[in-house]
Amino acid sequence: MRPGKRHRVLPGFPLALGYTLFYLALIVLIPLSAVFLKSATLNWEQFWSTVSAPRVVASYRVTFGTALLAAAINGVFGLIFAWVLVRYSFPGKRVVDALVDLPFALPTAVAGIALTAIYAGNGWLGQWLEPLGVKVAFTPLGILIALTFIGLPFVVRTVQPVLEDLDTELEEAAVSLGADRWQTFRHIVLPALLPALLTGFALAFARAVGEYGSVIFIAGNVPMVSEITPLLIISKLEQFDYAGATAIAVVMLVVSFVLLFLINGLQIWTNRSRER
Amino acid sequence: MSGAVVSHWVVHSHRFETNAATREPAWVKRLLIAIALAFFALFLLLPLATVFAEALRRGWVVYFAALTEPDARSAIKLTLLVAAIAVPLNLVFGVAAAWAVAKFNFRGKQLLTTLIDLPFSVSPVVAGLMYVLLFGSQGWFGAWLLQNDFKIIFAMPGLVLATVFVTVPFIARELIPLMEAQGREDEEAAVVLGASGWQIFWHVTLPNIKWGLLYGVILCNARAMGEFGAVSVVSGHIRGRTNTMPLYVEILYNEYNFAAAFAVASLLALLALLTLVVKSVVEWRGQQQLSADQEAT
Amino acid sequence: MKFAVPIRALLGVAALWAGIAQADVTLLNVAYDVTREFYKDINAAFIERWQKTTGERIAIEQSHGGSSKQAMSVASGLEADVVTMNQATDIDLLARSGVVAQDWRKRFPYDSAPYTSTTVFLVRKGNPKNIRDWDDLTKPGIAVIVPNPKVTGNGRYTYLAAWGYAIKKGGDEAAARDFVTRLFRNVPVRDGGGRGATTTFTQRGMGDVLVTFENEAVLIERELGTGQFDVVYPSISVRAEAPVAVVDKVVDKKGTRKQAQAYLEFLYSPEGQEIVARHFYRPRLDAVMQRHAGQFKPIQLFTIDEVFGGWAKAQQAHFADGGMLDQIMVNR
Repeated sequence: MRPGKRHRVLPGFPLALGYTLFYLALIVLIPLSAVFLKSATLNWEQFWSTVSAPRVVASYRVTFGTALLAAAINGVFGLIFAWVLVRYSFPGKRVVDALVDLPFALPTAVAGIALTAIYAGNGWLGQWLEPLGVKVAFTPLGILIALTFIGLPFVVRTVQPVLEDLDTELEEAAVSLGADRWQTFRHIVLPALLPALLTGFALAFARAVGEYGSVIFIAGNVPMVSEITPLLIISKLEQFDYAGATAIAVVMLVVSFVLLFLINGLQIWTNRSRER
Repeated sequence: MSGAVVSHWVVHSHRFETNAATREPAWVKRLLIAIALAFFALFLLLPLATVFAEALRRGWVVYFAALTEPDARSAIKLTLLVAAIAVPLNLVFGVAAAWAVAKFNFRGKQLLTTLIDLPFSVSPVVAGLMYVLLFGSQGWFGAWLLQNDFKIIFAMPGLVLATVFVTVPFIARELIPLMEAQGREDEEAAVVLGASGWQIFWHVTLPNIKWGLLYGVILCNARAMGEFGAVSVVSGHIRGRTNTMPLYVEILYNEYNFAAAFAVASLLALLALLTLVVKSVVEWRGQQQLSADQEAT
Repeated sequence: MKFAVPIRALLGVAALWAGIAQADVTLLNVAYDVTREFYKDINAAFIERWQKTTGERIAIEQSHGGSSKQAMSVASGLEADVVTMNQATDIDLLARSGVVAQDWRKRFPYDSAPYTSTTVFLVRKGNPKNIRDWDDLTKPGIAVIVPNPKVTGNGRYTYLAAWGYAIKKGGDEAAARDFVTRLFRNVPVRDGGGRGATTTFTQRGMGDVLVTFENEAVLIERELGTGQFDVVYPSISVRAEAPVAVVDKVVDKKGTRKQAQAYLEFLYSPEGQEIVARHFYRPRLDAVMQRHAGQFKPIQLFTIDEVFGGWAKAQQAHFADGGMLDQIMVNR
């Protein structure tokens, strides 16, 4: 692809971008600004003491830590999953393919209840894990399981179409030049998949940060240990403390925004370096 | 880039498996399949089985009774209606956003994609709260809405807005990496041949992205029907009127009506599976079409 | 504004389908959760009574959810004609937002609480750990499951009941704090909201005792496995009053004050009180109480006003951020 001005020969840029910005403003930016303005009804000291209370800070660690870890797990297994679905045929593949989206369709509370039923001490899996000293339900590990569950489809479904469209000629060329399969994957396939993989990672992470319904059942919600930030927002709302709730929400938003911005920068960068 | 890829992996994975250049050793293949299936069983099949096991614990009669109750039926209708409004809105947005982001380079692209992702990271409860702050009786537009007797929250428009918000990123983010991977050579060739913008979109881009688009729609739809947190804040929970299926599930669960709660939840899972059946049919017909075309030439 | 018409039409269709469009007047009762079966009976009885006495056909829509969340919705514009909550702070919020009269407590008898419940224990069949009273919950080795006081009314009553017990036993504030701290040390997990604690106890098999409302305990016993659990009454517990109010702002706008008032008054009538008792809430009328004496064990009950000086004070001192509950939970 030749760099330069040539791409602007394609029509529709002003319309597409204009509509995108209009829609985002209407659906995302104006409503989010309501959150920011509500939190601004606190003065700086109130704001700071709300968002930097030790329990709140501990909850950021739990929330962002488990969300990043879950997204990473999904990055690895989601890639394997997509690979298997695209490249191999095996019995039951259609069913597997169809069920990947399940985490979206189940109401999050149902997912939480189902996962707790599986991993609790008397659950299907929990009863085997507990004697081994592995406690899943009501620990941070439980949070990780729930977040992995809700994030999986993002990675699979963003990688899958790209992998499907991937030109086999490059791989063939690599092989004819003497590369082994791993080298081909490492230097040809993976770079081509990386933008999609990063997108999937970013989405899985973003979704995990805000998740409430499925986590709450399995987390145990012990302060400082397994209490997630969205729960603290809810408990503020229970006291009708809108300003306090939005203050914590603003912190979450800003942190997520920065992390997503960095991931997206990385994604655009890999995409450009691939085009050259 | 090879032009329109109408083929699909479910049928065409053998094109990779028969090609020495795109094939792994058998043990690698088996290992990867084993890992994927184990992950599948642990994270997807087991929860689904739990849902159905719980739903059918009291037998089929209770199961169907739970689904045909008037409150359940109106929840099902409402959920389908909300999804039917929210998904097309995000579809148009997704295509426009992907066109802008994937086919053009411009300043602020990173910012724009991040903004598109942002709704995911907003805790659903906060997402609902935003609309209360905007349209609630003490919100920015509350007084005006009250004067004109026009309801947004605790009514249908609020449910749609909350659903649109939480599902904004799906279709756009599904299409962007796909369209980036495809590049713009096909479209540029069409420009050279004198095609108009809409012609390019309909005849060149759309065929290229249609599977990605379909996935986006399916995901968006699944999430739109399953959304709980944001919708719960703006619903008002009026039985038979503003209760969507996930909200209804929660209420049933809270009333210790576990079998009915899981029955409705299983229906949500089935609705999602139904969209995938539709996908398979569309695919199959596409392939029939393709092979018919190939025979004709 | 154009799209309002199809939406209204669609809602109209939905309403028709639910069979409520034929009514002359429709009331919306915004209630806390787990009152569906109760209000189903109340509504049916009231609709019949109202038609008999006035000839007017009335329909009643129900909304159920967490008490505080429901209050927030009504404060933000959910058009409830009446609210039926499980703690007074939720209606106080509505009074502060100006949708309910400031003196709502005086509008109906018994501080506008037509029925009550109390906090009791649910133990595993045969009571293997021999749990008899609040003291037993603080013993080492007992796992206690309680609803989360931070996000549920039920949990707040549990906490206040334990605190009040320590006070009633002659303890001072420090003793009560110590007592509740020891109790919460025995709480292995905290659930999010709704019925989380119940699920943990009944479905997950965790804990030796679940502390919950009397009517809930009976409901659990009935719905989730007769013969698996026993209800244990402590010697002293809290009188959990379920307050009701007419939402003045809405009924004045809709012109439904008369019906809303009559609806809530019906809860106090012998017929209404009978339904109250049938659903294991404690009725206010002595005659009804006596008829159901077998199912309501007489124990010493204290009110929130008596021990804590009212809900507003209890909320501020115990449940606000950084309040007593937070200190106890973090330092346990």
